[in-house]
Amino acid sequence: MKMQLTGKQIWSVPIALGFISASGLIAALFFDGIGNVISWIALAVPVAVAVWYAVRQA
Amino acid sequence: MLLLCLTGLPLIFSDEIDHALGLTLSPPPLPEAAGRASLDDIITAAKQRRPVDAVQFIVADPDEPDAWFVRMAKIVNADEPSAFYAFDARTGAYLYEYPLNQSVMNIMLRLHVDLFAGLPGTLFLGFMGLLLVASLVSGVVLYGPFMRKLAFGTVRHNQSSRLKWLDLHNLFGIATLVWFLVVSVTGVINTLAIPIFSQWQSGQLAGMTAPYRNMPPLEKIASVQKAVVAAYAAAPDMSLSFIAFPGNNFAGPHHFVAFMQGGSPLTSKLLKPVLIDAQTGLAVATAELPLYVKALLLSKPLHFGNYGSLPLKVLWALLDILAIKVLASGLYLWLKKRSVSFEARQGMPPNEKEPVTCRSAVKQADSA
Repeated sequence: MKMQLTGKQIWSVPIALGFISASGLIAALFFDGIGNVISWIALAVPVAVAVWYAVRQA
Repeated sequence: MLLLCLTGLPLIFSDEIDHALGLTLSPPPLPEAAGRASLDDIITAAKQRRPVDAVQFIVADPDEPDAWFVRMAKIVNADEPSAFYAFDARTGAYLYEYPLNQSVMNIMLRLHVDLFAGLPGTLFLGFMGLLLVASLVSGVVLYGPFMRKLAFGTVRHNQSSRLKWLDLHNLFGIATLVWFLVVSVTGVINTLAIPIFSQWQSGQLAGMTAPYRNMPPLEKIASVQKAVVAAYAAAPDMSLSFIAFPGNNFAGPHHFVAFMQGGSPLTSKLLKPVLIDAQTGLAVATAELPLYVKALLLSKPLHFGNYGSLPLKVLWALLDILAIKVLASGLYLWLKKRSVSFEARQGMPPNEKEPVTCRSAVKQADSA
């Protein structure tokens, strides 16, 4: 039987993704130009993470 | 919920699709910096096209600064428009009429907004949106126990398709969670738009127009051009988003109301109403919209994803596709569970070494 993961191990990546998504959603709402760029980069992160792990063959 | 995500996908690009289909046109480029046509001439031209109908609103589009849009209806306070015309704001020339209620995109919009059932349909979809929020929350609650023995992003490709889809459901669900929550909650707020605006009309707007309540009905309406000039003077550094004509629910019987928007990304979403006496064309009051209206106005861009140009829309679409996969895999897992759980419960005694979590239950069901 494998070791159980701690709460920190389970939740650190989801929480980081949550913060990145939220900052992306907010950035373009408050700032033109640079805000848009930040939102594009930040919201690309959850998409990239999802696709990367989905296609990766472990 | 799946329907909402599926119909929402093309709607993200509705501006671009309308433009590509030739349903909307940009005003032609003019050689020199031209002046602005009088709005009075524009509404005269609009009325010539529909002599019986009334002008409800003149609307601006920040993406098309050289166009004005005139919305007409059978009567000035009708819910449904009868025509939506676009005019060149510089020359006053008629550009095109936007087709109402006939394009494929309109079917998508109605399926997404009210299921062709008006306000009850909208409120029903709002309730569905609330259930979606609840299912997202319950998904997060289950994520912990499911992932107790799996590193983030593990997808078991080589085992049963059920386990693969369970892992993809968890991965896509947790990756898109914040976006999905924001789009769901703002969608629910948007379903309350009609009640929110009627609350504003019977509250703040009624209060602002109260001194005129007992005045006789208007005989002649002042120049809308003059009214808009007065609105610009009353709200410096702002520009017109739309102006509601007297008799409309957004204006009241004796006034125009010009809704002004600021120049920054945030203030352009938050409108400021300027009340204009429809007899004199002079501004008589301005107000800050109450918080519940501001919440609605801010929830719109956060639902549509239309506030960070095309790349944001593309990301919105990609996130929506992932959300569709979360819902579809959730549906698949639920159907599978229904078909195997009875035998699983009969055949498999609980494994005492493992805590009884959803994951262990799923594993039992799977090996059964």
